[in-house]
Amino acid sequence: MNIPENLKYTVDHEWISIEGNVGTIGITEYAQGELGDIVFVDINPKLESLTKGAIFGTIEAVKTVSELFAPCNGKVLEINSALADSPDLINRSAYEDGWIIKIQIEDSENLSSLLSAEEYRTQIGK
Amino acid sequence: MKKTKFFNLHEKLGAKIVDFAGYKMPIQYSSIIAEHKAVRHSVGVFDVSHMGEIFIEGDRALDFVQLITVNDASKLNAGRVQYSAMCYEDGGIVDDLLVYCISDKKFMLVVNASNIEKDFEWMNKQNHFGVSIKNLSDDYSLLAIQGPNSKLLLQKICDFNLDLEYYHFKVGKCCGVEMIVSRTGYTGELGYELYFQGDEEVAESVWNQIFEAGKEFNILPVGLAARDSLRLEIGYCLYGNDIDQTTNPLEAGLSWITKLNKQNFIGKEALLKIKNLGLSRRLVPLLVEEKAFPRQGYEVSHQGKIIGKISSGTVSPILEKGIALAYVDYDYSKEGIELTFNNRGKDVSAQIVKLPFVNR
Repeated sequence: MNIPENLKYTVDHEWISIEGNVGTIGITEYAQGELGDIVFVDINPKLESLTKGAIFGTIEAVKTVSELFAPCNGKVLEINSALADSPDLINRSAYEDGWIIKIQIEDSENLSSLLSAEEYRTQIGK
Repeated sequence: MKKTKFFNLHEKLGAKIVDFAGYKMPIQYSSIIAEHKAVRHSVGVFDVSHMGEIFIEGDRALDFVQLITVNDASKLNAGRVQYSAMCYEDGGIVDDLLVYCISDKKFMLVVNASNIEKDFEWMNKQNHFGVSIKNLSDDYSLLAIQGPNSKLLLQKICDFNLDLEYYHFKVGKCCGVEMIVSRTGYTGELGYELYFQGDEEVAESVWNQIFEAGKEFNILPVGLAARDSLRLEIGYCLYGNDIDQTTNPLEAGLSWITKLNKQNFIGKEALLKIKNLGLSRRLVPLLVEEKAFPRQGYEVSHQGKIIGKISSGTVSPILEKGIALAYVDYDYSKEGIELTFNNRGKDVSAQIVKLPFVNR
């Protein structure tokens, strides 16, 4: 199971990469595998900010639907527009081309509650 | 958890394995959408060995099958298959099944994996005819070969002519193994189902010969997830979702297999009463144009009033739209009516359409 060391994780299977105060968020390799073929990523295009722990969108797969939870507070900088035509980018490239949203992190002191790669690996039992 | 004789092959192919109806089954090999499209456009193979095979044999085998099933088995002759259901006295459904007429004294009943034990017990309770009832589910492997190229493929490895009418079967050698080959399936495509006995070695040999012969058609193994999306595009009922002991065949759209003019069968009186009183609800197909997809359990409304619930829902890989089956109040069950379902707080409109969802 691919769980990059340089990312942080949530118990809800999101990952976040942090560069300065910019955070890029997606779902993990494990999560995309559990969901199966993703057919639609539903995020309000007018979404302005994320609130830690709150739902900011949903992912529709053939089999099921899953919610996206914000790993931290932040201002929305960009939503991955490539997902509109190719939601399966998440299946094919969960940590790279399949990123979902970029934010300006607003509570960097709270990031310590995020999971390390090792903690996340333990959580999913892989 | 039981394993089918193809389990090691599934693991080798990298299938995602889930626990389903007491079996370790492949839910997906590569991609649900790719597997689904392989069946619609070329050919795919399903291991459905978890299904149950119960054999009824005896002088009064036909009388017995007539009593426990709602369709008219007297219309069958050797080599024919019939879709049917078993009901309780109150008209609730014990299971839906296929009835294979091997001779007028021998039938094979193919039942849902999750119901094998329940059905077997139920059948034994109704056995006033001195017939033998044998559950050979563990002995039989079952592969479904489905898709427009299934016949071309199978004819290459089958010793007998595969010119079979829909819902007919032949017994003969295929891949060097004696088997029952029927023109049946759960996908709405041209397709065949292969029932055969033998150990893992036999099973793997059959599988490998099918895939060797299927190379030129880009054959794919297909998991349970695509099996579900394929059957829902056609509108076939799934026991446990769309039908169960709390639903009757009339409201489930299975009147066409429920022969109320047949002499006697379990549930007939209750079903006649239900028919005369009028149905209170019906299973209807819903098509969704918006990018919000119907899922099992979502409530269905008409102008703000809750009138039903979705029993099966998914995204159709062919239409790329939401499709569902839902039980709704009879008054709102006509084709063309606009309903809404609640998609986690959002109202989404859905229209009652005609089956099948995909153009056949």
